[in-house]
Amino acid sequence: MSEAPTKKKIASFLARHLRTAELDGDEDIFAAGLVNSLFAMQIVLFVEKEFSVTVENDDLQLDNFRSVNAIAGFVARKQAALAAS
Amino acid sequence: MKIELTDQQRENQQRFQAFVEREVMPRAEVYDESGVFPDDLALAMGRAGHLGALAPVEYGGLDLDMISFGLQNEAYGRGCASARSLLTVHNMVLASVLRWGSAAQKARWLPGLAAGQSLAAFALSEPESGSDANSLQTYAVLEGDHYSLHGSKKWITFGQLAGLFLVFAKLHGKTTAFLVERGSPGLAVEAISPMGGCRAAMLAELRLDGCRVPAANLLGRPGLGWTYVANAALDNGRYSVAWGCVGLAQGCLEASLAYVNRRRQFGALLREHQLIQAMVADMVAGVEAARLLCFKAGYLQEIGDPGAILATSLAKYFGAQNAARVSGAAVQIHGANGFSRVFPVHRHWRDAKVMEIIEGSTQIQQMIIGRASAAG
Repeated sequence: MSEAPTKKKIASFLARHLRTAELDGDEDIFAAGLVNSLFAMQIVLFVEKEFSVTVENDDLQLDNFRSVNAIAGFVARKQAALAAS
Repeated sequence: MKIELTDQQRENQQRFQAFVEREVMPRAEVYDESGVFPDDLALAMGRAGHLGALAPVEYGGLDLDMISFGLQNEAYGRGCASARSLLTVHNMVLASVLRWGSAAQKARWLPGLAAGQSLAAFALSEPESGSDANSLQTYAVLEGDHYSLHGSKKWITFGQLAGLFLVFAKLHGKTTAFLVERGSPGLAVEAISPMGGCRAAMLAELRLDGCRVPAANLLGRPGLGWTYVANAALDNGRYSVAWGCVGLAQGCLEASLAYVNRRRQFGALLREHQLIQAMVADMVAGVEAARLLCFKAGYLQEIGDPGAILATSLAKYFGAQNAARVSGAAVQIHGANGFSRVFPVHRHWRDAKVMEIIEGSTQIQQMIIGRASAAG
């Protein structure tokens, strides 16, 4: 399945909440200082609700959430694991 | 759009209100005066399932939807803020174990918490770390198969009665959450009393002097205690407090309406005086507005919407200030009677001030709302 719609939803969510122009796919929102602790939690809620996946303790790694592409990749892996189970 | 309770939610609401009117309200003044929350009331709350509101049925909980959980907090808030604060902190910990706990942690603690056999307390604040909640001085060191916790925690609601504490400490400089059982070696619990409001909330200071905590009791992941565990718990606590504020204000409104319908001054019932009508109108509008903000937050919480965090902060921000305004008006309407212990409005007025401080002060809510609204 194409990741394009997923990336678009993620980019739109981040742009809306961070009030920035559309982000580049690999732009690191944590390194850019755009994410406070509350927004980090909001990203988790967004991913769970929008893509019907559960974010587990072991998933809470920066590499899964640091950019549009990272989040899309994380979602794809979770959905693939779900489909395989 | 439809703002209407389901049959199940209405049934839950009636059950909670009946319990609070029967078990809490008749004795709230007495235990508020003594500053000691009755053991048998906590047991009764547990037996009724009220301390397992958010736990799934498989753990013995009620598995309430978030609107019903809100209505539960409103019902308790209308009767007594101290009792409602037990719901708040207990559920903050229960929900944290549910969200971030391992299967073993859930199996070990959730049944007892859901049944109210063990009470839980949220231990974040410290003597030098209040609103600046992530500036903890308490720290943890891994020593073999356990952590040693060093430091102290202050203003821990129901800390005097809790069997389980969710303690936050720095591990390698990063905030980490630990489940600490009462009786752990190196843990001392000291009562803080008396307080000016929520006098029966059984506040305690915890002293952690090399407190020994099994490594398996770390909740979540090392270093993620603030970003995920504490923030999610505080969000849950704010939701509980926001609804509790609606209940507190509702209780003040009802007491005031009863009073203006029997008290006569200048040859007329108070209700016939226009300045009293103005105060009542402001109270009614405030209670309704606070309740609607809670309904919105509850809806977003229920569907897991990321906007729930901001909506909950707004509900708590407005609700706490409204509770202070409405309870102040209630005391004013009651005059000298309102300052006596014969009427509950004096207790509500003292408790309302606490609402503006706990689970993120009014100023912290302003920062959250302001930053989120003005970012970019």
